[in-house]
Amino acid sequence: MPRRGRTLARQEARAGIALLSPTLIVVLVMVVLPILWTIIIAFQSLRLRNLRTRLFDFQFTLDNFSTVLGSPGFLEALKVTLIYSVVGTALSIGLGLVAALVVRKPFKGRTFVRASMLLPYVAPVVAVTFVWQIMLNPELGIVNAIGTDLLGWSESIPFLEQRSGTLSIFGFDLGVPTALIVIILYQAWRYFPFSFLFILARLQALPAELDEAARVDGATPLQRFWRITLPQLQGVIALLTVLRFIWTFNEFDDVYLLTQGGAGTEVVSVRVFRYLTGRGDIGAAAALSLVLAVLLGVLLFLYFRFFVNREEAEAI
Amino acid sequence: MSRTETDPGVAERPQLPKAAARRPSRPRPPLSREIVETRILGVLKWITIAFFLIATLFPFYYMVELAVRSIEDVALDPGALWPPRGASLAAFGEVLRSVEDGGQGFLTFLRNSGIIALASVALTLAVSILGSYAIARLRFFGRRQVNFLFLSVYLFPAILLAIPLFVFFTRIGLRGSLFGLVLVYASQIVPVTIHMLRNYFETVPESLEEAAALDGASRLTIIRKISLPLAMPAIMATSLFVFMIAWNEFLFALLFLVENRENWTVSLGLSQLAGSVEVAKTTLMAGSVILTLPIVILFFATERLLVEGLTAGAEKG
Repeated sequence: MPRRGRTLARQEARAGIALLSPTLIVVLVMVVLPILWTIIIAFQSLRLRNLRTRLFDFQFTLDNFSTVLGSPGFLEALKVTLIYSVVGTALSIGLGLVAALVVRKPFKGRTFVRASMLLPYVAPVVAVTFVWQIMLNPELGIVNAIGTDLLGWSESIPFLEQRSGTLSIFGFDLGVPTALIVIILYQAWRYFPFSFLFILARLQALPAELDEAARVDGATPLQRFWRITLPQLQGVIALLTVLRFIWTFNEFDDVYLLTQGGAGTEVVSVRVFRYLTGRGDIGAAAALSLVLAVLLGVLLFLYFRFFVNREEAEAI
Repeated sequence: MSRTETDPGVAERPQLPKAAARRPSRPRPPLSREIVETRILGVLKWITIAFFLIATLFPFYYMVELAVRSIEDVALDPGALWPPRGASLAAFGEVLRSVEDGGQGFLTFLRNSGIIALASVALTLAVSILGSYAIARLRFFGRRQVNFLFLSVYLFPAILLAIPLFVFFTRIGLRGSLFGLVLVYASQIVPVTIHMLRNYFETVPESLEEAAALDGASRLTIIRKISLPLAMPAIMATSLFVFMIAWNEFLFALLFLVENRENWTVSLGLSQLAGSVEVAKTTLMAGSVILTLPIVILFFATERLLVEGLTAGAEKG
């Protein structure tokens, strides 16, 4: 018996590795190796025009790092990336939570409402950024048309080209980074469905007894939300915070398509793209993308170390 | 134990909210707050739903509305919520016609996007069905680590991955080919699809497979005849997921295909033409509708399947 069991186990292990090997090969060759290769490139002085001759020239240098870290605008890009990711993450999760709460209970047309709320997330990024561009366009856009015709704006606002504008509230003039605010609002609009989906799934799996018991004991709807429902959502919210932060921090498509990184919206990944295609400086692009990844790693480490308790960490 | 008017205590307590809702003329302090909050939240809920519906649907409505208007019309009356001087489908014809016929060649882009998306689905499924089955069912060394390795891939920005792949495909001359792009898409999506399918394979009862094994079926026969048919809903959802990602993708299409207009995808074509001043914005809006429509139809037709496939396991918290 024990011998037979051992060979069965061995057979199973062999089958497992055989079945997994196509996956492993694809992911290793197309994902893991490239990541490691980026590290090498970051220390080479590799440019698009000397790609043919210099690719296997392994003379390592730190020049790329001093180029990207010392370049003007690097710190600004870092600041913009951080603001964009923190506020964008918080807004998209907050909106997702509100959306999930209002469609929690069944009502007529709920399936349609739920599907509509997912639309911004599933639609092609190029199409939705293009629509936003036109909507906010100073000459053709509906937002400026409404603003100047109905809301009494004295002139059209070039939302995506304006680095900073003034906002008058109660007689005070506030300076606001217009384009950055717009891309953050866009980020919230496009990605709240992701949080919505996961929070709703969790909400619907919550046991009804707790809520019922609290109701019987005279807790009001708001009290029940703060004391009963929200604590049970902590795990999924912590998970969403991590995922959304990672993805927003690394975001390229949306920002590039909306503003090309202009008007004070240059996030780090757009900068990487500029090094790669604009200047053809492959080495510097690799170095900067590596800086981005390391920074993200540090931020995530801090988050797990100081903000997430053990229970939540296990849920993740 | 008779309940009297003078004994509003323990026995009556469980019925309080209902009773109070029926007789608001005798409110008790904690209950009136309950009623006020319920009423206000009830109204707020519908306002919120209306807000979300407008915010999510309006941009898509606006897209269609602009696509059926002429650019002069939009410039004259940018605030119109309804085509003021009638609708026309001329923009769709122009955007679809080939460049030789004076159009923008979106028909070719549609073909490219279709080929890339379908090929990505086929390749991703072929690879990830086997892999996810192995992780779900078979005990072997390194099973847990593999899963972790796959998910950690998502820590890295796509742009970091793009650099070496750009260099590699430039060097071997595959940059600019649709096949190279399919390979990139499949490898990037596989970690997620493995995760989605694995969750499902784990719910297929093991006893069914054991019974087949006792009858002498080989491992591949078991997968083909038993596990696959049972996992069909999850496989469908995964296919749709891959199709949408491949159809919508932008960055790699930009890096790989931008030099040859014949190979542009719809996304890439639209983004490239959006920056030019020669093509009217309303024409491109028609292109935008063409890009979005297949995805929206697919999504509304299969929403339930897709949502369940994506959030499988999320209920656990």
